[in-house]
Order: sequence, then C-alpha cells, then structure tokens
Amino acid sequence: MTEMVHMGTANGLDAKELKRMADKIRMHVIEMTFEAGSGHPGGSLSAAELFSVLYFKVLRHDPEDPEWPGRDKFVLSKGHVAPALYAALAESGYFPVEELLTLRKLGSRLQGHPARGKLPGIEVSTGSLGQGLSMACGLSLAAKLDKKDTRVYCLMGDGELQSGQNWEAMMLASHYKLNNLTIFVDRNRLQIMGKTEDTLSIEPLEAKLKAFGFRTMTIDGHNVKQIIKACERTSSSPTAVIMNTVKGKGVSFMENNPDFHGRSCKPDERDRALKEIKERSSW
Amino acid sequence: MVRAAQRKYYGKALAKLAERPDIVVLDADLGDSTRTSEFAAAAKDRFIQIGIAEQNMMGVAAGLAASGKTVFASTFAVFATGRCWEQIRQAIAYPRLNVKVVATHCGISVGGDGASHQALEDIAIMRALPNMTVLSPADANETYEATIAIAEYNGPCYMRMGRADFPIITPEGVKFTIGKATVLHEGNDITLIGTGQMVVSCMEAANILEEAGISAEVINMSTIKPLDTETVLRSVSKTKCVVTAEEHSIIGGLGSAVAECLSENGPMPMERVGVKDSFGESGDPSELMKKYGLTTDDVVAAAERLIERKGRK
Repeated sequence: MTEMVHMGTANGLDAKELKRMADKIRMHVIEMTFEAGSGHPGGSLSAAELFSVLYFKVLRHDPEDPEWPGRDKFVLSKGHVAPALYAALAESGYFPVEELLTLRKLGSRLQGHPARGKLPGIEVSTGSLGQGLSMACGLSLAAKLDKKDTRVYCLMGDGELQSGQNWEAMMLASHYKLNNLTIFVDRNRLQIMGKTEDTLSIEPLEAKLKAFGFRTMTIDGHNVKQIIKACERTSSSPTAVIMNTVKGKGVSFMENNPDFHGRSCKPDERDRALKEIKERSSW
Repeated sequence: MVRAAQRKYYGKALAKLAERPDIVVLDADLGDSTRTSEFAAAAKDRFIQIGIAEQNMMGVAAGLAASGKTVFASTFAVFATGRCWEQIRQAIAYPRLNVKVVATHCGISVGGDGASHQALEDIAIMRALPNMTVLSPADANETYEATIAIAEYNGPCYMRMGRADFPIITPEGVKFTIGKATVLHEGNDITLIGTGQMVVSCMEAANILEEAGISAEVINMSTIKPLDTETVLRSVSKTKCVVTAEEHSIIGGLGSAVAECLSENGPMPMERVGVKDSFGESGDPSELMKKYGLTTDDVVAAAERLIERKGRK
C-alpha cells in the first residue's frame, strides 16, 4: 500500500521513546537559542512533548518527500517556538541536525519564525500571533473540497488567544464542521508581560472553546499518552485540546520563569540546562 | 459612450473561471456588491462565505492557496486592504501564495457611503508589499481581461475597481498583459498617465488640450506594480513633462510610483492629480469628483501649468 510506504520511518515511537525524544528536542532548543543569542526557549520547552508525539507518532508525513500529497499538516501558530519545530523536523529527517545551529543567522533556512518556502516541512508562514488558526482552517477547507482525509493540527499559544482573529477562525471552523482540524492550546499561563490572567484573562477557556463549537478536552501537556489519546478523533466538530503545561518545562531554573519567554541561556545556564536534561534522559 | 460597472465584468470573468476546478472564491458578506455571487451561482461548492471577518478571510485564503488552490478574496477596498493588511503581508505576500485580493468600491466615487467606505490609500499600502502585483484597470472590458490574466498568473495580486458605471474605453477581448501600459493616444508636448476611471479624464483632457494646440500623449497605467517604466520613459523622452491622474491619494499611489521612476531617471516637471491628503465625504459621485479635484478640467489645468513651467525653463 503506497500510504504505508509514505508513513515515514520516524513514526511509531513508544511512550518512553517519545518522552526521551521530547528531551532531545529540549536539548536542541537550548543549544540553538544559545548559539543564536536570542529566541524563545520557554514556550519551546513547554511544547516539546507535543512536537515529539506529532512528528514521531501521530502525523502521517514523509521527511524524504515533504510535499507528499497524502501528508497531514501542522501549523505552528505560536511561531516564536520555531526552534522546537525545527528540532522535530531535523530529528525526523527533513534536513541535517547540524543545520539547527544556523537558527536566526544570515542566509539560514531556519528563520526566526517559520517561513513557507524556505525550509521543507513548513506549510505556512507564521509568527505574527493570532493568524495561524485561519491558515489551518484554509488547509482544512481545502482538504474537504478535495475530499481528502488530511488531518490538520494547529499549535496555539494561550496568550495569542487574546487576538480576535482566532475567534473569527473558530466560528468558521465550527460553521464548516472542520472535524479534520485539531487545535492544541499550550496553556503555560505566561506571556511576555507576565501571567495571562493578569495581562488579559482568557478564562474560562474551555467554556469559550465549547461555546464556539469545538469538542474540547483538557490534558496534561507533558503526558505523551494523554496527547496521543487527544489525537484520536471521533467527532463531527473540530477539536480543541487545552494542554496544561509549564513554561520552560524540563529545566528546573527555567520552569515558570517568564524571563525565558524571549531570551536565550547564558553560557553557564546552557551547561546546567543540558546537564540536567542529559542526566534525566541519558542522551 | 457606453458605461458599465467594472465589478459586473469581474463577476462575469469569475463565472467563466468557475470551469477551472482549482479556483476558490471567498466572500466577506458583500458578494452581491462585489459580484462574486456570479461565481457562487456557477460553482457553489467553491464559493466560501467567511462572514464579516476579513482578517480571517486572508488567513483562510493563504491556507487554501498553500493547498494548491487559486484563491480570489473580495470585498470593499477599505476592508480588503486596510482591515487585514498585516494578514496579507504575513500570510500571503511573504510566502508568495497564489491569492488574488480583488476589491471594489475604490476611490471617492463610492459616493453616499462617505469617507469610511472610500478607499484612497489602498494602492499605497499594497504597493509597499514585496511580491505583490497591483492592478487598477480602466474600465469594465479591461477588468474582465485583467481578471483572467491574474488567474493565470501564479502569485499574489491586488486589483482595485470602482463602484459606479464608468465609460468603456478599451476594446473587448484584448488579452491583458500584467506590467504593460497602453499608449491610448500619441502626443509630443505632455504625457498624461491615468489609472482606473481617471484614464477617461486623461483622454478627454487630451482632446481639450489639442484644441489649445497642445499635443498630449495618454497612457493607461493599469498595472501600478510592476510599473511599466519603459513606456513611461519612452514617452517622457519626447514630452519632458508628466501629469498623473488617479482616484486615490496623491501619497503613495500612481503619482508616487511615476515620480519615483522619473526622479531616478532625470527629474522633470510633474503634477499629480489625485486626492490631496484628505479623507472623502458623502455626496453625489460627480460632485465629489469635482470637489476633490478629480475631473477632466483638473487634468487640463495641471497640464497647462506644466506646459508653462516647461516653457519658462
């Protein structure tokens, strides 16, 4: 069966391996943002398990053939956590892992935010918050028009839900019954200026998503089994998964520290962070 | 002169394009006005109602285009460009996706709706976007052909048109070439470059000037970007002075594009007929065109001032 050939060799890790892959992604994120001297490690770390599960378990994709028409599609609406996406793509085999260290450098395919056409595996250009879900809806609609079973996944930040365009897109997703669409909200509760609920509260979030016509669920966003289960679809509506996460997850001094939303590690911090992850995951 | 609304012919062209299965048309609750309803009648499944949500419309357009669709997204120009400029920038222009933003209700001749609905800055803001092609056809016939041309072109486009019925001055069935201006009337003393419905005013002005012994060359600049600098420079090498005319602000539109070209290739006397850095207001279209200096007489007056300046040198 052609589809099986195209499933991608990277798919199908077990829970333990997925957990370990999440830590590998974390190590890349620390090193990439350190090397770049800037970037957004905090939110990249909070979504590491999701990237691991999507790229090594759930997505039907083929790193050897990024344009394979049968592929599922991923949109990174919170585009500033591009380092984690790039790490997942490189580990999947879309491009050499060594290229990760070119992040944000002149001439690199690894732009500060994901750019379609620059790097294989990037479906749409994101980074300006609040826009990714609309693009994901377009991908979902196209699949419906073409009667394809493409699944579309969109990772959103919690802070970016303050942007009104998201709610326009949600209305559209439920109106057109885009049940091939799943959104994940990385609910780490922090944004640049502090806590989301102090900045501009987004709660009660699940009730809002439900009111906008989504099938909703709340999970532990660091539990790979719960993420896998959330990706099983049985609904006639689009699905919204609120992932409770910890910003900076996996590095003790970065956890829940808004300072690391938008700055990279200093040399000693990098060393400590890598040591901590390595010891835990035996990489 | 036969008159017709550009949007009516836009709708006709879309209905023709409905035979192409890759074409999808998006509407923000104005399909009856923009005439995308003609496409809906021909290909209901590929007409997607987005609701009054232009920002979302541009993002959805990007997602569809990223899936291989040729997407037309239409609404009034104020909302099609201003409301969602950054969405067009990020989602469409930056990745160079195949989306055609086609807007009606440009300029002051929108009339009674007033300043809130009169787009006078759309060329300026769309022209500034990398990868964006900007069209402003002169009449209904040219609008039809331009619609077919942008559907064949692979990349982002912005096309503007007016609301009202304008005189038809271009022949039917002439293939539209993006980036190519048309010399409608040859002359030696002055170049009149118009876009949109102001092309008619330039033609009328040329006739009036001819009676006064001034030979005017008239150019229909229906592509603003990329600007046909070759045609502009060839003309001014004879005439040595230029009037531009547009139903748009004099800031950032056709006048600015031509001024940029002339400044870089040897400056020369120039006048810009357009809205002088102001908002419009409610009124009858013809009254508004007069009040805001967008009539044939305004083109003639500008031309006469230029001829005098040129003579004094």
